[in-house]
Amino acid sequence: MSLAAAEAPPAPRRRWLRLPGREARRGLALVSPTFLYALMLLAAPLTLVVLISFWTQDYLTLDRTFTLANYRTVWLDPQESPLYRLLMGRSLAISGLVTVATVLLAYPIAYFVAFHVERNKALWLFLITIPFWTSYLLRVFLWKVILGYNGVLNSALMGMGFIDQPLTFLLYNANAVVITLAHAWAPFAILPIYVALSKIDRSLLEAAEDLGDGPLRRFWRVTLPLSMPGVIAAALIVFIPTVGDYVTPRLVGGTDGLMIANMIQVQFGKANNAPLGAALSVSAMLIVAAISLLFLWLNRRFSRGGA
Amino acid sequence: MTDDRTRGRALITLDRVEKRFGEVAALDGVSAEIMEGEFFSLLGPSGCGKTTLLRLIAGFDEPTRGTIAIDGKPMAGVPANLRPTNMVFQSYAIFPHLDVAQNVAYGLRRLRLGREETARRVTEALGMVDLAGYGKRAAHALSGGQRQRVALARALVMRPRVLLLDEPLSALDKKLREQMQVELRRLQRAVGITFILVTHDQEEALIMSDRIAVMFDGQIAQLASPETLYRRPVNRRVASFIGVMNFFEAQVTGEAAGLIELDVAGLGRIAIPAEQAPGGVNGASVSVGIRPEMLTLLFSESDRAEHEVSGEVVDAVYYGDMTYYDLRLPGAARPATVSMRNTAGRPILRPGERARVGWGRESLILLA
Repeated sequence: MSLAAAEAPPAPRRRWLRLPGREARRGLALVSPTFLYALMLLAAPLTLVVLISFWTQDYLTLDRTFTLANYRTVWLDPQESPLYRLLMGRSLAISGLVTVATVLLAYPIAYFVAFHVERNKALWLFLITIPFWTSYLLRVFLWKVILGYNGVLNSALMGMGFIDQPLTFLLYNANAVVITLAHAWAPFAILPIYVALSKIDRSLLEAAEDLGDGPLRRFWRVTLPLSMPGVIAAALIVFIPTVGDYVTPRLVGGTDGLMIANMIQVQFGKANNAPLGAALSVSAMLIVAAISLLFLWLNRRFSRGGA
Repeated sequence: MTDDRTRGRALITLDRVEKRFGEVAALDGVSAEIMEGEFFSLLGPSGCGKTTLLRLIAGFDEPTRGTIAIDGKPMAGVPANLRPTNMVFQSYAIFPHLDVAQNVAYGLRRLRLGREETARRVTEALGMVDLAGYGKRAAHALSGGQRQRVALARALVMRPRVLLLDEPLSALDKKLREQMQVELRRLQRAVGITFILVTHDQEEALIMSDRIAVMFDGQIAQLASPETLYRRPVNRRVASFIGVMNFFEAQVTGEAAGLIELDVAGLGRIAIPAEQAPGGVNGASVSVGIRPEMLTLLFSESDRAEHEVSGEVVDAVYYGDMTYYDLRLPGAARPATVSMRNTAGRPILRPGERARVGWGRESLILLA
């Protein structure tokens, strides 16, 4: 029995073994450009930042002995850590506000395009992306023009006689950062919500109506829960990058609109303390990662058995 | 129009219902009465307007013209959520984010029956469709047949006046479909709710319905019981849509004393009672229809029939219990199909053999 079993199959078996080898090589060749790209532009810089965070700055040179001193400064130092905590907390708060505002504003637009635009859906989606045709800096400066002391909004309000003095709470504070970021990230929130909404089977909505739900109740019980994956995705897409945003707070944030990225930039630049900047970066990354994981967990919960 | 109305009172009244989508008339003046407690089917090919009519009754669309009344109340302007109807959707439309029990309880929540009464009715409904104990199952963990049952339970638990079924069995495989046809029929008798079934499957309609409305091009071609539809179709289109029908060209040679005299190409001269022309006689050139099982092959010399002709076997298809023969009859434009039960000792004829065919005149139908 063993002889027959051993003799018969070898030839095909060897062929079977060779085939995946060839396919694996081809697969590797296919992904290698992407892989190299990821390695050089993502993994390498990230590793470097993590490494530097364990070193110390010795005036002009880097002392490469392993130390946790930077993290101690960031998290525990009685003089410095309160400032970092304040900036981190403000970054999270501003990002959180931006996320909530963006998703709340994006949802109705996505809903409208998904359910009420019959023809030319593509045109609508195209129009939504038009702000991207101009540079981000230009859009930030436009908000400065709108919100500034002698800006469009103040002039208009004074012209109509609603106010005597220009409003000063519009620009150079956290409000301005939230407004600018919410505007800039709106398309990124609209698209995933739109996708989630258009995936909802229309017969589910009819079934809800058939079973007695009016439009509001139907939205609450069927449309919203089924679009939650899109909402969570939109929230993640807006939240993660805005926590680390540096340009917007710099340009429209004033002093009490500064965020953690501005501090990281100072450490790498003027303060000439790259290791501390790196430790700040890694700490911020970990906090954002933790919050994102919570989001993902929520996502999984809502899409359990979902579309 | 033949209308074997089952006893009882009209629950749904359709009065010259018309529905236009732009230029296209999906429904072109449909009038009918659907009785309380009957199993009513809308049968027709795709695009005949049957689903449109069902959606108008459910309240998902409003008719362009005409009125729909349920229980004597006109339904114009009444949205779907306020109508005494519930629907089993073709796709079943099971809510993917809810489990089986939550799906079934969906419509009950609005009624505020209390936790216990809701749970009791959900259990009862799941038991009715043989899904007892499946309450905690996630929607995506169900097979096609189970989803269909959940959809049914979800609608029945509302105790609607009318249950609307939009091709509910079309997604199931043949065996399950046949089983569900019988089960649905049984369930309908047990709960006594009026069922309106939309289907394109004539066999399904015949098996399940009390009455069937056959629809073509947005109009009801015939509304009758399954038996009347099969035996007395009003025109060629209905006749060929339901079952198999042999058609022969014929000339009307005279009408007298309730009899219509015909000269049928391939079958010869014959006189049939006027009631065998359910669509009436229009003009001298008509069609005569006869079902394959109404034609008999006369195998032995001593076999006799009321009328007979002889022809040649063109094709014989063996089905096990039955054999279907195509026979060329002298004078007929097309071969006639004859179905014969394969009883003991009965031979199977081969193409090329000659055979005598017999029939009775009561099996002929005159079609306009």
